[in-house]
Amino acid sequence: MGFFLSLLINGLLTGTLYALVALGLVLIYKASSVLNFAQGVMVLLAGFLVALFIHFSFPVWLAILVAGLAMVGMSFAVERFVLRPLVAQPIISLIMVTLGLALFIQGAQTLASNIWPIFTLDIGISRTPVDIGGVLILPVNIIGAGLAVALFAMVGYLFMYTQTGRALRAISDDHEAALSVGVSIKKLWVIVWGIAGIVGLVAGLVWGSRVSVSIGIAELAFTAFAVVILGGLDSLVGAIIAGLFIGAAENLVAGYVDPMLVALGTSGGTKGFFPYLLMLIVLWIRPYGLFGRETIERV
Amino acid sequence: MINRECGVYKTTYQADMAFFRVPLARWTIGVVLVLVIVVIPLIADDYWFGAIILPFLIFSIATIGLNLLTGYCGQISLGHAAFIMVGGYTATIAYIYDVPFIVSVILGGCSAALVGLLFGIPSARIKGLYLAMATLAAQFTLPWVISRVTPFVVPTGLAVAGGDTVYPPALYIFDWRVNTFVEKYYIALIFLILLTIFAMNLTRTRVGRAWIAIRDHDVAARILGFDITYYKLLAFGISSFYAGVAGGLLIFLYFGVAHVGEFGLPLSIRLLAMVLIGGLGSILGNFFGVAFFLLLPIFLNQLVTSIGDAAGIFVSTGITSGVEILIFGTLVIVFLVVEPLGLAKLWGNFKDYFRLWPFSY
Repeated sequence: MGFFLSLLINGLLTGTLYALVALGLVLIYKASSVLNFAQGVMVLLAGFLVALFIHFSFPVWLAILVAGLAMVGMSFAVERFVLRPLVAQPIISLIMVTLGLALFIQGAQTLASNIWPIFTLDIGISRTPVDIGGVLILPVNIIGAGLAVALFAMVGYLFMYTQTGRALRAISDDHEAALSVGVSIKKLWVIVWGIAGIVGLVAGLVWGSRVSVSIGIAELAFTAFAVVILGGLDSLVGAIIAGLFIGAAENLVAGYVDPMLVALGTSGGTKGFFPYLLMLIVLWIRPYGLFGRETIERV
Repeated sequence: MINRECGVYKTTYQADMAFFRVPLARWTIGVVLVLVIVVIPLIADDYWFGAIILPFLIFSIATIGLNLLTGYCGQISLGHAAFIMVGGYTATIAYIYDVPFIVSVILGGCSAALVGLLFGIPSARIKGLYLAMATLAAQFTLPWVISRVTPFVVPTGLAVAGGDTVYPPALYIFDWRVNTFVEKYYIALIFLILLTIFAMNLTRTRVGRAWIAIRDHDVAARILGFDITYYKLLAFGISSFYAGVAGGLLIFLYFGVAHVGEFGLPLSIRLLAMVLIGGLGSILGNFFGVAFFLLLPIFLNQLVTSIGDAAGIFVSTGITSGVEILIFGTLVIVFLVVEPLGLAKLWGNFKDYFRLWPFSY
């Protein structure tokens, strides 16, 4: 039971971060019907920026603040130079442009990490796990989950009770109708990309200080795609529930199936495999996800 | 510009859709064929074959396949590297079990096509982003499956522990030991020529027109009577077949070893970028795109190193690869914003300018 509980709780804590990254994806999807394939490298970039500023002997809080500002600044640049010229282009161009953006950010990060070879991110949180009720948990995971919950609450408030939130809901309901009553899509794009950047910052901080600041954390962030498919591409609630579910499920599956595979004479590593298998099954059976809006155009 | 269209009047639909649309085209194609069959093997050295020409031929096959799917049918695939891998591993394993080489490669293509169809099913149910997501799932699940399964099917001695890496036996076609670059070049060239002609013909037929109709407006295409599901899956199957064939050739002729790590998401994105920069919906554009992607790193390497030398900084390979990815990303964005039809369109503009030269209005 202790083993199960430990897998479950640690999985759920990771799940909050998956949910957080998925939240960034869902917001961008709602505002522009685009899946942001650059989200993974945005996590990497944010983590790297913090590590870089700490390397330049900034205090930790200032490093995080400056990195956050840089991510928000990037969202302005993305809106101005990448998205605005592509208004009214086919969706496929918008998807591809996020791939181009991903390459751009990844290249910039590779370049910078070869000039300043920094791979560890130390924000002053102890790396020794703490024992809570018989379950060993890394302190950074708890802080990450706390930040994630705080961000959920903020985004939830923004979404439900503010002018901006109403505009966002309007635009995801009916693009053209929203535009015709004066909703500014440019402003919304900056906001959602800014939130995606902040979300990336939190995930980058936690994963960067848990593992290292390398392309591996960008791949970790890709799990959020499985989360948004499971939860539904346009559902904030779905992102949170599916994030927690996938975090817990992948940990449990890895904990129980990996030893069996090793016993069979092959290798484990189910953790990187299971979320995508789940995503594929969802796509086959229920493509709009658990909570997504069912917009099937039968053609 | 090369094929002057002045004075060529097409009076029938057949003439407009013909393979050689201008009489001169026969001659230019002939010259190109002589060039690639006779001249290139005579003048190219091993460095050119190994670093540029062989990968160019093989990646061209893969991108033609991807272009049929993305450029003609309008469906995006983020998992083509995985389909290349499936084809490559199938070919390798078949060859280990004494299947003749050519048959192995075609078998690889067929298995990739089957796997591709499996992952293409969501595109039949729902449109939009879902195919991209299903292929992304392919990209993350297939390498896992393959490296877990190979230890059971590959005889020990040929596979490295963990199943990530398989060493194919020496390449024989009947009793002919394929060893030199020139021999490999001809094999890849034959595959490329056949598959290029097939793709060009395919895009001129009913299937190609159906794909273009689906890409441009799927609802309208359905109303016109095209069976969307059938044509989308067909595009996906054929596209994955090309990827699979490219995979077999890639492992036997270029890498010399099957390694799962070579076929990750970066390769998929790179293939998409090649197609995009070359030109969506253009067979000729593929060649531009692939050549561009193979030549630019060499050029950049020289440039960055010489800038580094001038500034007195040591330039590591990490820095050049960073610059390379950065520039590719920028180019993808710039092409999408400025010229979504890629290098092929630029070439077309160039041709149009000279169409009536020197007597333009």
